[in-house]
Order: sequence, then structure tokens, then C-alpha cells
Amino acid sequence: MNMLTRTDSDPNLASAVRNNGGARVDLLLVADMVERGARVLDVGCGDGELLRLLAERKAVDGRGIELSREGVNECVAKGLAVIQGDADTDLGDYPDDAFDYVILSQTLQATRHPRLVLEHMLRIGSHAVVSFPNFGHWRVRLQLLFAGHMPQTNMLPYSWYDTPNIHHCTIKDFVQLCTGIGVKMERSVALNAWGSPLRLNAPWWFWNMFGEQAVFLLSRKG
Amino acid sequence: MGEANRTSTQEAVDSQREADQPHESLMAYFGADNPLKLDAGVELTPFQIAYKTYGTLNAARSNAVLICHALTGDQHVASVHQETKKCGWWETLVAPGRPIATERYFVICPNVVGACMGTTGPSSTDPQTGKPWGLAFPVITIRDMVRAQAMLLDHLGIDSLFAVAGGSMGGMQALQWAASYPERVFATLPIACATRHSAQNSAFHEVGRQAIMADPEWRGGRYHLEGTNPRRGLAVARMGAHITYLSDAALHRKFGRKFQDRENPTFSFDADFEVESYLRHQGISFVERFDANSYLYLTRAMDYFDIAADCGGVLANAFKGTATRFCVTSFTSDWLFPTSDSRAIVHALNAAGARVSFAEIVTDKGHDAFLLDEPELFAIVRGFLDGASKARGLNVLTPP
Repeated sequence: MNMLTRTDSDPNLASAVRNNGGARVDLLLVADMVERGARVLDVGCGDGELLRLLAERKAVDGRGIELSREGVNECVAKGLAVIQGDADTDLGDYPDDAFDYVILSQTLQATRHPRLVLEHMLRIGSHAVVSFPNFGHWRVRLQLLFAGHMPQTNMLPYSWYDTPNIHHCTIKDFVQLCTGIGVKMERSVALNAWGSPLRLNAPWWFWNMFGEQAVFLLSRKG
Repeated sequence: MGEANRTSTQEAVDSQREADQPHESLMAYFGADNPLKLDAGVELTPFQIAYKTYGTLNAARSNAVLICHALTGDQHVASVHQETKKCGWWETLVAPGRPIATERYFVICPNVVGACMGTTGPSSTDPQTGKPWGLAFPVITIRDMVRAQAMLLDHLGIDSLFAVAGGSMGGMQALQWAASYPERVFATLPIACATRHSAQNSAFHEVGRQAIMADPEWRGGRYHLEGTNPRRGLAVARMGAHITYLSDAALHRKFGRKFQDRENPTFSFDADFEVESYLRHQGISFVERFDANSYLYLTRAMDYFDIAADCGGVLANAFKGTATRFCVTSFTSDWLFPTSDSRAIVHALNAAGARVSFAEIVTDKGHDAFLLDEPELFAIVRGFLDGASKARGLNVLTPP
């Protein structure tokens, strides 16, 4: 894990987090990792909030895929280029290097084949940005340890029997996956339960324990 | 019998008048110096296009929206017919304040080549013989229709369209526009259509054509000359086709097993059921307004439609490097052009790196949904066009 070089303090990010104008902090963090004017594919784009943010603040050429019909129709009605599709089945239709960034925001844990999805993302795009809820957070651990039931938190509000989240992972797990498939981790940020970034010089075990969610900027090795 | 013949002759004269000089339409004439080069390898000349416009073309000539009509549509997309008071066929979408807002966009709707409402087709008078073309009219394709529309735009001095929109056969034209003239189309909205006509759809068309040709009054396509009209054949063709425009659920919701003006079955072949009576009415009223030979030609044009075949079998190649924005829409209960057809378009556009939006709308109204009151469709068209307007710099309305 010490192979990971974490991001230096970013003044833009800090100010964005402070003056977020009502936008979700995790979306701002994702947006912060994207170059201005880039070609972006947002996989699982929901109601299009991130794409809108990226268009406004980063002038990106953005596209989206969303599974829910309501989400897609809402996005298209907002003027966003979004199609109905499934991260698990439809990423294979995209050609290599079609985008500069492929984003998977809070969706990895809901995919059937997270590893394949990640591989496709880095085939389609030169960079991938992935954010996910950390299943290693202390609240999650404590619920299972002491209460003895499947954890439910603000980030993971579903009961075990109706959750869309079928592949939970911890920050540590995700880093191992990235290492395993030879992905370069360029930047990473963990957010605590209050949505503030954790101290950058904190050790990894601290992130895995106190980070409620994490955002990674990845690229192909070599 | 004599009475019936007189009516037929009168009908033939009326339809001839509509085919050559349509009511309340603008006309563009293309002489021998400007022939329409057809895919069939021949030239159509001279020919004419009947069209309607709504709204005002701005000074930059950048706000033109072309509406392409479906198989049995016409140029009267948004106008109220002065005699029949019938509304335009897409007035839910094209009108002031509607998603294709005529106070904002300059809307052009031409009648397609091969049709019977004023643009040259098989029921038009062949200037060389002074008689209706009939089956001497060359077979046309969707690409020919679009080529003729491009000539109309040249005639109107419009280099580039802000948008092209259409459903069904109109959607095919909207796609063909993007494939044939990408530099002339900023945005396109193919609704409830496909990039190729399926075998099942061609099969339905063949049934319709055979019904027309089996009617003794068709007379080998020479019915205009012989004062007859293959009404029954055309009505049956329409009845069959109409079923494909609806859905099992919509038919059940509308008619169920209800009897028509009676309590019990008559144990005859009268229209006992409401659904029979409805279909018969659809058939009869269609015959009043449509020409049987045009039905043959236009269904044929749809059958031949296959954009990928024009590009070495690879659909994505048809849209390679395109800057056109696409908004593809399908309806859940449409089994004529099912969502899978739209998905195939979207996959190809993704592979071509095109900017595409795709939405599937939940409805039980079948293929016809694109013509009906579907608020979700309106929201999508409005949102897509608003986004495209911004990109095109159409925000400021230029006063006329």
C-alpha cells in the first residue's frame, strides 16, 4: 500500500469543499480530478448532477450511462447526453480510448463484475475516477461486531434484502484490486462522516477506519 | 353501378388535384436542370415538393427545424385544415410554446417524394404523358426522400439545419439526414425507428401491398386512368398496418371484448365487436385521404432502408466523426420498432463517438405513441433542443 502516492494539498479542492454551493462534496472531489475541457463518460450518472457540475465548472464534453429510466429521462430533459444502459453489460460497446475520463461515482459496489467494469473503464478512457462507500469504516465494523447484523449507515441505508449494493469493499480491498490489475493510482481522497477530507499525512489504516467514502483517480500503467 | 362509377371518377379527379396542386401548401418546382438523382439509377425530372413552414427564419439562418413525416403523414404538421378543421398531425409537439416552439424555430415540413399530397409521386401527373405516373413512377428510397429535401433546403437558401425530427419513417429520414449530410445537421431526433427495416416489418408491408394488388379495382396500378379505386384493398392494408401501430394492452384497454351497439353476438360476420368496427372505420377513412400506389411506393422505400448496408455493413461507419447531436427515443410497448432497434442505433453512435442521448418511454400505446400526448417525450424533446440551442447560440431570439 505504500506504493500509493497520495495527492498534495489542492487549494482549488479546499475552496470547492468550503464553498460547495449546495453540491455534494464527493461530486466536487470527483470534479476536481477532471481536467478542464476533457471528454468524460459518467457511468451510473443518476439524475445528472455530476455531469451538470462538470459542464458548468470544467466545460467538459460529457456523456452519461444510467440504469434507471427515470434518471435517464430526467438527464435528457436537462439537455445532457445520457443513454439508458448498464455498466455491467454496455461498457463493452465503447471503443478503446473514446474518453479522457470514465467516472464511476458511488456505483462500483452495485455492479455485478466490479473488476471487469474497472478494466473496461481504463480501456475506454485514459483515466478513471472511482468513488465508493468504504465498508471498512469503524461504524460498519462495529455494527457487525457488536450488533451482529448487516451494517446500515447514511452511505449504506438499505436492508440486506433490498440493497442494490452487492459488492461492498473497503479502501484496502480497492487498493488491492488496483494493484492486482496493474492500475496506476494517481490521486486519492478519503472523506470522513462529515464529508471533510481526512488529513493527507494520516496513515492508510486510519483512512480505512475513518474514511466513510473514498475517491480515486486511476490511470493505465506504462 | 353507374352511381358508384361516377363517385370513383370524382374521387380520382379530387386526388389528382391534391397530388398536383395541394391545398394550403407552398410549392417548390425543380426543372430539367435540377433533376432528382434516385438510388434506382434514374433521374426524376421535373418534380415538385409541397411543403409548409411555420415561424420565422432568423437572420443567421440558423434556427431551421425540418420535420419528416411518417408513412401516411403529410406536410400539415401543425396547421388546422381550413375546411375539415382537422389539426396538424404533430400539433402536440410543434406549435407556439410546445417543445418544437414555432415562435423560436423556423419549422419546415415537406411532403416526401412518392407521397400523394403535392410532392411528386405515382398519383402525380407525368408531364411527358399528361397522365398519372402510376407504376411507371420509379421506385424511391428513404435516401431519395432526403436528397429531395436537401434540394428544397438549397432552394430556400438554408445551408444547415438546427434540427431534424421525425417518428417512424420520419425517424428513418432523420437518421438518413445525419448519415448523408452530417455537416448540414446540428441535431437530430429519430423517434420510434431503426437504421434498417426488420424482416417482420417488411412482411407486414408485403401483406398490405398484396391486399391492394389483389383488389380488382387496382387494375395493375392504372386505376386513375380507368376511373376505379382499390378502396377495399387499401382499407385492408390500413387495417392490418393499424394493428401494428397499437399494442395488445392498448387494444384491450380501448375495446376489450365489448360489442358494438348490441348486447349479444349476431352469429354473423357483421362487426359485432367494437374493435372490428374501429378497424373498419380506420380503413375507410384512410382511403378518403390516401393513394393506393403511394402506399406501395412508400412501404417499399421503408423496406429498402438499411443505413449499414450503404456503409459496408458497419453501422458505426455511417456516423464516423459526426458532430451531430442525437436524441434517440423509443417506447416500451412499440413492437414495430422496439427499443432494441433504438439500442442498436445508440451502440453504433457510441462506437462512432457521437454525442447521443437515448430514452425509453413507458407507455402502453404502442408505436403510435410518438404521435400522441406523451408528456415524457415532450420533456425530453424540449430539454434536448434547449441544450442544443445553447450550443448553437440560439438563445437570443432575432426579431423578424
